[in-house]
Amino acid sequence: MTNSDDHVEGQQHPLGIYFKIWALLFVLSACSYMVDYYHLEGYLRWTLIIVFMLLKAGLIIAVFMHMMWERLALLYAMAVPPIVVLVFIALMSIESDYTFTTREFFFALGS
Amino acid sequence: MTPHTMSNTQAVTASKGAWANITADWSSDQRAFKNVPWGKAMMWVFLLSDTFIFSCFLISYMTVRVSTVVPWPNPSEVFALSFGGEPIPLILIAIMTFILITSSGTMVLAVNYGYRKDRAKTAILLLITAAFGATFVGMQAFEWTKLIVEEGVRPWGNPMGAAQFGSTFFMITGFHGFHVSVGVIFLVIVARKVWRGDFDNETRGFFTSRKGNYEIVETMGLYWHFVDLVWVFIFAFFYLW
Repeated sequence: MTNSDDHVEGQQHPLGIYFKIWALLFVLSACSYMVDYYHLEGYLRWTLIIVFMLLKAGLIIAVFMHMMWERLALLYAMAVPPIVVLVFIALMSIESDYTFTTREFFFALGS
Repeated sequence: MTPHTMSNTQAVTASKGAWANITADWSSDQRAFKNVPWGKAMMWVFLLSDTFIFSCFLISYMTVRVSTVVPWPNPSEVFALSFGGEPIPLILIAIMTFILITSSGTMVLAVNYGYRKDRAKTAILLLITAAFGATFVGMQAFEWTKLIVEEGVRPWGNPMGAAQFGSTFFMITGFHGFHVSVGVIFLVIVARKVWRGDFDNETRGFFTSRKGNYEIVETMGLYWHFVDLVWVFIFAFFYLW
């Protein structure tokens, strides 16, 4: 069963869900553009950008790339490794803050 | 029975627990990814590696942007475009975003019609997707030209502010544009194969000598959606931030 029908069957789903997600992606893109268009600033801007980005990314992966219908073995193999990227982001943000502080300090001294 | 009870894990976790299923799949000999053709599994692995590449680019962009003491050029103004009147902020980038999403939609339809073995519709949808991709690359070329010729942006400096703006911009969007260009070529090749009926007649491939089937359209789709996915992150972090 596992070996025979995977060459016949693929990811086949009703078209309706694709059209709904497609429309939703357009709306979300328009929303993220509006963030810039209306010049939102500060934490509101950054929060909205991240929220719209993650929603779009999630919808693309889950529905367009069919991840929500795949077995968990594949989902976890693809979703867990990128978590280390978050560690990398944390490390580099600490590092760049430090670089910025030292630059400010030494440029202020004029040396 | 109701649509709400149809969840992603319905078939997978029917009898055993989620973790029991994962360990069972992973510890089974030879095939860890059940119900997934090898080509598709390998495409996922490639996309994972590509995720790390783009992550490195965006993280290095974050690092230089945070650590520079020179003000960062405002992308909203740099990428504004005027159609005879007031400049509209970021309009070209917004249009490019919509084009890429549209192409993702046509791609997903192509995959669907591929599995229905609707040769003509699949090929046409693939070609439409390729056309949108080519349009995207064309607009990117226009954007680069405008930036280089009119605004004087170079990888080592620009008149608007931090020098790192140019280097990160050309590196990140250049690498993404390269991915889109490769995707367009890939799409045209797959469309030709579909159109010719290679997947119906099980014609052997030129390079691999293997019989192809419509799963290749889905594998192609994964790559294309990934390109769209990367753009979502670039749009958020580079253009909107």
